[in-house]
Amino acid sequence: MMKLTAIAYNTFKEAVRDKILYNLLMFALLMIGGSILLATLTVGEQSKIIMDFGLASIDLFGVLIAIFLGIGLVSKEIEKRTVYTVLSKPIGRPQFLLGKYAGLLLTLLVNSVIMTAGLYLVLMLNQARWGHSIWSVEPRLIEAVYLIYLELMILTAVALMFSTFTTSTLAAIFSLSVYVIGHVSGDLMAMSEKFSGDALGYLLKGLYYTLPNLGQFDIKGQIVHGIPVTPAYFFLTSCYALVYIIFLFVVATMIFQRRDFK
Amino acid sequence: MAVIQAAGLTKEFRLGFRRTKALAVDQLDLEVQEGEIFGFLGPNGAGKTTTLKMLMGFIRPTSGKAWLFGEEIGEVRVRQQIGFLPESPYFYDYLTATEFLAFYGRLFGLRRDVINERTALLLKQVGLESSGRLQLRKFSKGMLQRIGIAQALINDPQLVILDEPMSGLDPIGRKEVRDLILQLKERGKTVFFSSHIIPDVEMLCDRVGILVRGRLHDIGRLSEILETRVKYIEIVAARIDHDAARRVDYLAGKTTATGNNLLIRVPQEEEVEQALAIVKELKGKLISVLPVKETLEEHFIREAQKER
Repeated sequence: MMKLTAIAYNTFKEAVRDKILYNLLMFALLMIGGSILLATLTVGEQSKIIMDFGLASIDLFGVLIAIFLGIGLVSKEIEKRTVYTVLSKPIGRPQFLLGKYAGLLLTLLVNSVIMTAGLYLVLMLNQARWGHSIWSVEPRLIEAVYLIYLELMILTAVALMFSTFTTSTLAAIFSLSVYVIGHVSGDLMAMSEKFSGDALGYLLKGLYYTLPNLGQFDIKGQIVHGIPVTPAYFFLTSCYALVYIIFLFVVATMIFQRRDFK
Repeated sequence: MAVIQAAGLTKEFRLGFRRTKALAVDQLDLEVQEGEIFGFLGPNGAGKTTTLKMLMGFIRPTSGKAWLFGEEIGEVRVRQQIGFLPESPYFYDYLTATEFLAFYGRLFGLRRDVINERTALLLKQVGLESSGRLQLRKFSKGMLQRIGIAQALINDPQLVILDEPMSGLDPIGRKEVRDLILQLKERGKTVFFSSHIIPDVEMLCDRVGILVRGRLHDIGRLSEILETRVKYIEIVAARIDHDAARRVDYLAGKTTATGNNLLIRVPQEEEVEQALAIVKELKGKLISVLPVKETLEEHFIREAQKER
């Protein structure tokens, strides 16, 4: 356990000392802050605009961090040959992978918390500007952020898996593809029905079942417009995320265990 | 006890698009005993690093087996007793030297106070005590090599495997590393290191293995490897008239005048008697008879050229 936390903490430290992270975080906070300007252009629905824009920013920048730091988790260690010293110590390859994964999740958690806090701050400022109580901001933003975080957990696992067997560039392309396709999962199913019986139909169906369905982690619309989301929905999507992450992790471990570090 | 054992260890790589085979290590048999310094010598591309990587479990052998402390390679547990320095190491450059050593200490499950104590000691041993708070990205190549050696020793290992430990170091640094290796031996540790720098190997090793194109050409004590190969016998005699010597047919092409002395080079031991008789005949005074052995360098180059 201590070894695992050592790897995780080191991964976290690497991200924290990386300039890319700060650039992304600064940009995200600027976007969230900038939403207040956008909101002034509209009449009435300012806080909805800010919420919508803010949540979208948290999602987008989270995805960028998850993918761009995730693809380097393992491939960078191999390219920079740091893997030789780490794996010469009494630590198994699965433990190493899990540590790297946990380290990036911690980074993403800290980021999401900072961005969410930023969003709440902007919302509160907006409320104060219009003479409302600052405590009247929507508390359910947390629910949306929770599902965004689950999505980020899956994407990090996707990036980690690709990073165990290919270069950073290819892993980035693959992970981004999974992200994009994951959001149009429903369309894949609809399309596969059009081509049913065809090879293309099977391919589309296969993609639908193997790639993660990321659309279900997006409840921004419901939250912003005050539509309730049932606890059962949270429970089921959480289970889905967990199962999917375990699946990805098993695949990543199987690939990584067999790999030669030339 | 054999700390390192390899039997028929072979690694074949498949290169390029056509997957052509390249034999990196070919049927390597090796035993390194506890407490010895073993030098693994070979030209660039001989398969030294590949062998070390197989021993550390980074790459799988195509065939053959190897054991460390009697356990088959790839066992995670056995690495508790091993220190490893990879070739031209790259490290987490965002860490300071102290953080860096502490990180590896934690991977061994060491307690915090043990880590602190060893970190301070090792930084001193490798001459980096004033750079503990410096990030590794600011380190020079030599400093990186030193901190690399320090991380290999954080667990006070029984076996230390070093891949080209002297590369990138200046003469002072090389001497320090040599001293460090000798200290390890004094403390009963086993050191296995690869190198292509012959004087380092000559100065340090109890035994050497010479690897050329993946094949182990020679293995044994330096004295054993070189003893059998006497290049020529050098006879030095004084008080010989050089002109008289020149008239002796046997000596043609075998003599050199050095000051008042005459140096005779005899190609084979059997001819020494004959040469000595000539010295006596010319009323010379015998000063020395010395068999000149091949140096490790000459031996190494000859072995390497055989393969070409």
